[in-house]
Amino acid sequence: MQTNLAAVNSQAETKKRNTTSVSEHLRSYLRHPGSGILALLTGIAAVVTFAVLIFLVVYILVKGIPYLTPSLFSLEYNSENVSLMPSLINTFIMTFMSLIIAAPLGIFAAIYLVEYAKKGNKLVKLIRITAETLSGIPSIVFGLFGMLFFVTALHWGMSLLAGAFTLVIMVLPLIMRTSEEALKAVPDSYREASFGLGAGKLRTIFTIVLPSAVPGILAGIILAIGRIIGETAALLYTSGTVAQVPNLMGSGRTLALHMYVLSSEGLHMNQASATAVVILIFVLIINGLSSMVAKRIAKG
Amino acid sequence: MVAACVSILAVFLICLFLFASGIPAIGKIGPLKFLFGTEWRPSNDIYGIFPMIVASIYVTGGAILVGVPIALFTSVFMARYCPKKIYRPLKSGIELMAGVPSIVYGFFGLVLMVPLIRDVFGGTGTSWLAASLLLAIMILPTIIGPTESALRSVPESYYEGSLALGATKERSIFCVILPAAKSGILAAVVLGIGRAIGETMAVIMVAGNQARMPEGILKGLRTMTANIVTEMGYATGLHREALIATGVVLFVFILIINLCLSLLNRRAENAN
Repeated sequence: MQTNLAAVNSQAETKKRNTTSVSEHLRSYLRHPGSGILALLTGIAAVVTFAVLIFLVVYILVKGIPYLTPSLFSLEYNSENVSLMPSLINTFIMTFMSLIIAAPLGIFAAIYLVEYAKKGNKLVKLIRITAETLSGIPSIVFGLFGMLFFVTALHWGMSLLAGAFTLVIMVLPLIMRTSEEALKAVPDSYREASFGLGAGKLRTIFTIVLPSAVPGILAGIILAIGRIIGETAALLYTSGTVAQVPNLMGSGRTLALHMYVLSSEGLHMNQASATAVVILIFVLIINGLSSMVAKRIAKG
Repeated sequence: MVAACVSILAVFLICLFLFASGIPAIGKIGPLKFLFGTEWRPSNDIYGIFPMIVASIYVTGGAILVGVPIALFTSVFMARYCPKKIYRPLKSGIELMAGVPSIVYGFFGLVLMVPLIRDVFGGTGTSWLAASLLLAIMILPTIIGPTESALRSVPESYYEGSLALGATKERSIFCVILPAAKSGILAAVVLGIGRAIGETMAVIMVAGNQARMPEGILKGLRTMTANIVTEMGYATGLHREALIATGVVLFVFILIINLCLSLLNRRAENAN
């Protein structure tokens, strides 16, 4: 017992000796002015980064919240109420449609890459390279492609469907990568145990591996939702900018597009800032969700 | 397996459609005239995108010049200085910054930065300076994330060894850890360049979009991405094809950047 206490005491002492006080820090910086300057710059840069972020969020909120009037949420859009409701509904439809296609595709692709593909397979290499390329392509190029392929070549016209398919291609690499990582993180012992109990490969994957990878896959899907909600350039010439809730083959604008149209017309800047608040709130919610999911993954 | 091939198919289709619609226009206009012509006058059938290429490079260069040092120092702070208690909120702050859509950044630039620049420096405010500053902010999280993990992946023994030799904390970080994480940091910067050059909406809202050679830091300019979006709405015929060809040039730029990126990543992996 006593030896234990002594050990704890001596540990505390070494800790004391190892941590330097603020004044000692300052003195050491005076001796090495170069180091002092670097430390200062580091601090300043960090402060600048976070100050910009906080300022941006607060500024948008302060500017937009006073204009969040009830008429902004009326069902029909006209030039008097500049309602964002149709765009809001379109955003939900768009997100849902894109995910319902992109999520299974991405997850199955990840399953293939992790569970079925052999290492060093040429096809796997090609898939990886193309997925990497896809994730680096800017959204305007997706927009151009969507316009050329879905809108013109497939004769879908400017429609929610064309927009949704463009977004599918855009978020696919994101979902693929996060799902792949989630599947890889499932310990091999799970698979071996399942095989050992006589389950087949398919059964193992769908009843054992996939459920334990759900949080990771979910994190990827949440990220994808964030990208879809904020996307403008890819949708401008694929889903069009009509302010209505259309059927699948009709043109309709999402929130981000609504905001772009308003601010480029320059007539309804106040409503545009209110829309910015709505988008920002979505982004905040999504970020909160994804960090919650991340925490659950970390807990295991 | 079929699902996995979708990404191959997508890339293939994108290349096919972009090139098939863009290359003929380049051929019709003449590759040299198209790439290096300094006049863009669709009404007279003169299509030279050199001003846009230069503008894209200028704007991106400005953003890198401002953004990279700040991002670098901030990542050092996150990896080495940040007290444990505030690390979590700061980290999610950076994630939030990455999650804010470009249209919101653009709006912020339009209603705040542009008037500010107009009042302080004169001119119209929509300018190279505004675009570069805004992009610098936007690429911060893109660069900070990978840089921080590159800094963290440097073995702790390097740092301790340097301290033991009598170097100060700063010297150890900036002369030992940073060089060791070099290729990871470079990859992060290239990622930032890719994001900056492909950025569309935010740039359109603050850059002024005049289709002429950039004349000064307070004058407006038009990037390749802006060129596509501003005119695609009403373009027809050769004009439209020329815009798609602009997209092809942009695409080629991005492919080159991607290639650099995967080379750098491979080098970073080998180094570890």
